[in-house]
Amino acid sequence: MVNPAWKFTAAEIAEKPELFTSGHRACAGCGPAIALRLVMKATRGPTIATNATGCMEVVSTIYPYTAWKVPWIHTAFENAAANASGIEAALNAMRRKGKLQTHVDVIAFAGDGGTFDIGLQALSGAAERGHDFLYVLYDNEAYMNTGIQRSGGTPYGASTTTSPAGDLIPGKTQFKKPIADIMVAHDIPYVATASIAYWQDLLIKARKGLEAEGPAFLHVFAPCPRGWRYDTSKTVELARLAVETCTFPLWEAVDSEYILSPQSKIIALKPETKKPVREYLKMQRRFSHLFKPRYGHMIDDVQRSIDKRWNKLLKKCNILPRE
Amino acid sequence: MAKNNKAVLTGTHFLSGDLACAEGALAAGCRFFGGYPITPATEIAERMARRLPQIGGIYIQMEDEIASIAAVIGASYAGKKAMTATSGPGFSLMQENIGLAVMTEAPLVIVDIMRGGPSTGQPTMPGQQDVMQAKWGSHGDYEIIALAPSSVQEMFDLTIECFNLAETFRVPVMLLADEIIGHMWERVEIPPSNEITIINRKKPVVPPREYHPFQPDDDLVPPMACFGEGYRFHATGLTHDEKGAPKTVSIPEQTKLVKRLCGKIRTNTDTIIQVKEVTLEDADVVVVAYGIASRAALSAVRKARTQGIKAGLLRLITIWPFPEKLVAQIAEQAKAIIVPEMNCGQLVREVERAAKTTPVSLLSKLGEEPHRPSEIVEAMRRM
Repeated sequence: MVNPAWKFTAAEIAEKPELFTSGHRACAGCGPAIALRLVMKATRGPTIATNATGCMEVVSTIYPYTAWKVPWIHTAFENAAANASGIEAALNAMRRKGKLQTHVDVIAFAGDGGTFDIGLQALSGAAERGHDFLYVLYDNEAYMNTGIQRSGGTPYGASTTTSPAGDLIPGKTQFKKPIADIMVAHDIPYVATASIAYWQDLLIKARKGLEAEGPAFLHVFAPCPRGWRYDTSKTVELARLAVETCTFPLWEAVDSEYILSPQSKIIALKPETKKPVREYLKMQRRFSHLFKPRYGHMIDDVQRSIDKRWNKLLKKCNILPRE
Repeated sequence: MAKNNKAVLTGTHFLSGDLACAEGALAAGCRFFGGYPITPATEIAERMARRLPQIGGIYIQMEDEIASIAAVIGASYAGKKAMTATSGPGFSLMQENIGLAVMTEAPLVIVDIMRGGPSTGQPTMPGQQDVMQAKWGSHGDYEIIALAPSSVQEMFDLTIECFNLAETFRVPVMLLADEIIGHMWERVEIPPSNEITIINRKKPVVPPREYHPFQPDDDLVPPMACFGEGYRFHATGLTHDEKGAPKTVSIPEQTKLVKRLCGKIRTNTDTIIQVKEVTLEDADVVVVAYGIASRAALSAVRKARTQGIKAGLLRLITIWPFPEKLVAQIAEQAKAIIVPEMNCGQLVREVERAAKTTPVSLLSKLGEEPHRPSEIVEAMRRM
């Protein structure tokens, strides 16, 4: 699927121009900024980006500056995928009329609020209509731009300003929506999960998404030090730990066929290497209340839910969980 | 925030406008909030997320503003006092459901902390640009009520008033504040709960068999049975008769219903409208202002008086229904009217319409800075 000339080695990546440049106003240790930089490194030619309202829109284009070296449009909160549909359809029309000879890729960027919640309708519609574009979800697991409110992507137990942990509320009481599985259910050519901790895997998946003919969906796990409450130096470490604990397994679904990616496949083959979720949770102060007696049982809930989803995933990948 | 389990936090507080609004809602009896984060209204949702569980209420964060207002309609019909809070982009998304709330006569409160628009605009900057949208945003003919607070105390007081009006008239009521009022911190006095006037919706006095859900009393407002109270009826966004049965092609039913929906507000304007008059008795120049602009206007009027200008202020607390009669009366004696607004001229059109031949001048302001009193005094001199 990927052009064999592309190896995505460190040397090649270094040579590739920066299309999402430094100088943006993201916080120290911002996971989503890393995600965007990497995705833009995977582009194959002329590219148009559309960006829903959210952290990355705000920090990358504080007028009169811009971090983007491609044509870029800021849409409303709910319509990145619909906007991408329009761009792609117009490019097609121009190509049909002979006004455009080159291929132009279209990428829609949106956060978890703009994807799990308010943008889901537009995303589902675009997938159903079959527009040829890549949708990149940078998931920092809450509305960070407005100050850490819970979203459909916020995990169970996390304290946010609208699921505040205290005497009455144990943090968020609902589980994270399985958004990538929802996109696989749309029967689109390419869906993948990726993590900023595994840059080469992320780049290859972004490129596969661009090369897929039809809608592609890339779910990028991108920690946020402000919202998750951890030291800014730990962003990549946390992203890695999310994979190692199977909190956020890496996989791709090509034409709806699930395949585990190497980092998660190692864990599937050697289950003893799967780390307990406790290690991941204890690094983040959004979960600190779970380490007090009152809500201690919730860590078991989290572990159970991770195990359940992981085993489900293994079945989808035709890997039988070992007892 | 102190831990407490009281709905009414009687005492003196130092609060932001957004927080005072949340406390006002709780004091008014609001027990449901359907929320979605948006600057500069997020703090209302955050406060409600903490406070409602303390007093047995429900906070639900919805997936967008369309869902938020729809959930609020549901909660209202389920018998609770319910509200949502948003800003421009979210207010735009709510418009269709505002029409549904008007049509089904669901009492509810929508808080719009106005920021600079159009579109995403200036999320952290003040605006008064949603004033016309509040009145005309949904399709069809209808009337709503909108109040404009100009202090943090009023964020508390008028939120209660919004609930009382919503319950009285079975209509969506909007609290139209601007970013400055929402984010400003001031002293707030919260009275003892027994000193707060609370109005609850009228309930049917007839048995279920005789109940016609949209048959109004003399005040044009029908008593409201809620889900689970034993009354079985049909509530719909379609044009309906007094029994709630859809009447999608009947001209008389359409006329009767729409005229009543408008009429229940239009015929009660005298009881709804609240204004504050400052030295209007002998005023040559009258400033008509609301919200943040009215604070500068008050200061300007006082300053002008010391300089020998006969200035007066009409501060609109109620902006919808618009106090037409009152403005017309004032315009008869005044030589000129100035309308400072943080938009390109919205409510000024209503003032012009009411003022007839008296010259009306708009003092428009967009962006970060509110009007300065000196600018308004300058405008008075020019008139």
